[in-house]
Amino acid sequence: MAARDYVSHRLHSLIGVIPVGLFLVVHLTVNFQATKGAGAFNQAAAFMEHLPYLLFLEVFLIYLPLLFHAVFGVYLAFTSTYTVNQYGFLRNWYYAIQRFTGLFLVIFLAWHIWETRIAMALGTPLNYDLMATILSNHALFIFYVIGVLSAVFHFSNGVWAFCVHWGILVSPKSQKIGTYAVLILFLLLGFVGIRALFAFV
Amino acid sequence: MSEATSKTIRLIITRQEGPKSAPYEESFDVPYRPNMNVISALMAIRRHPVTSKGEQTSAPQWEMNCLEEVCGACSMVINGRPRQACTALIDKLDQPIHLKPMRTFPVVRDLVVDRSRMFDALKKVKAWIPIDGTYDLGPGPRMAENKRQWAYELSKCMTCGCCLEACPNVNSKSDFMGPAPLSQVRLFNAHPTGAMNKAERLHAIMGSGGLASCGNSQNCVEVCPKGIPLTTSIAALNRETVVQGFRDFFGSDYI
Repeated sequence: MAARDYVSHRLHSLIGVIPVGLFLVVHLTVNFQATKGAGAFNQAAAFMEHLPYLLFLEVFLIYLPLLFHAVFGVYLAFTSTYTVNQYGFLRNWYYAIQRFTGLFLVIFLAWHIWETRIAMALGTPLNYDLMATILSNHALFIFYVIGVLSAVFHFSNGVWAFCVHWGILVSPKSQKIGTYAVLILFLLLGFVGIRALFAFV
Repeated sequence: MSEATSKTIRLIITRQEGPKSAPYEESFDVPYRPNMNVISALMAIRRHPVTSKGEQTSAPQWEMNCLEEVCGACSMVINGRPRQACTALIDKLDQPIHLKPMRTFPVVRDLVVDRSRMFDALKKVKAWIPIDGTYDLGPGPRMAENKRQWAYELSKCMTCGCCLEACPNVNSKSDFMGPAPLSQVRLFNAHPTGAMNKAERLHAIMGSGGLASCGNSQNCVEVCPKGIPLTTSIAALNRETVVQGFRDFFGSDYI
């Protein structure tokens, strides 16, 4: 009975948290190992690389969900209007930033995947040195900082939106407390992500 | 002459000859009177349709009816906010006062818009309680008084269109029906007799342009002149439709 439109929207919301959002948390955690030195990061990266049926996991837990989330998200971003000049409410700002970070992440992730995963498939070893080389470029370092913060914001605000879209946060009070909860999530994950980036320079 | 009568107020109105003509602005100076509202200022312009530059022009068109913020007809964008002209008091507005039509809707002329899409949406979501039959169905189930009082808040909706005007998901690129008709689904589903057709209404908003198109900017609840908890209605319906979807897919004896 539910139209495809409804299902697409709800799947988009769900997939953003599971598996894409969860992967972001795992990814940033692995990165954080770099704060313990090159050896620790290489060990964590090698663990991820040597997971069994890795390609299957990658395709079904990362690539396909991410692709759907990105394509449908770009459609949503371009069918929305941006009205923060007229309606400067906090939620309206989050609404606009959620869509801008999403669009930026499409560009950032295309670049990031090209530089790392595709480079690895083409024979470049994916290790601490690769990231240290990339991040030694100041422009790219800033690009990565913005990319990580965008991803963390998009995920944190997305968790809140997921909880509303799936009927978990209903009352205004619960939505408000939810906003504080994802703010804490943003700060914690943001720290993990940025701290890890600095460990490469 | 006293000082009060020599004071004037300036209104800048975005005008448009017809649905397909290009909009343009005209400025008017109106003599101030105490306790004026935007409607009385518009009436003053109508009596003397001369612009600030002294040019004779046609009287700007607008709609009005109840003049007490219950019909929604005089809704327009006043200083950037969609609201009713009747309760927009001149003393409380920054000058010059900008009046624009609610462009989310097709503009008929000047400040007059066609809000038909809202009434179409109310039909689509079955925003009524079917009690007609071939025989007397008798009295329906009673409604608890506290629930009636709660539902009364939702019933204050006058289909004025302010929430659609402020919603960033209601635009020419999307077929989203907007917050007002969604909240009406919650109202009619809360009614003991209306609840008998609950699933039908939920299915209607689970269709294209329905509930899922809400992007949670929550502008609607900020601009609603009646203070209707629109975002709470939407969130509550999110839960209802998730449960309904679950029943549709996994259940068997639920309608």
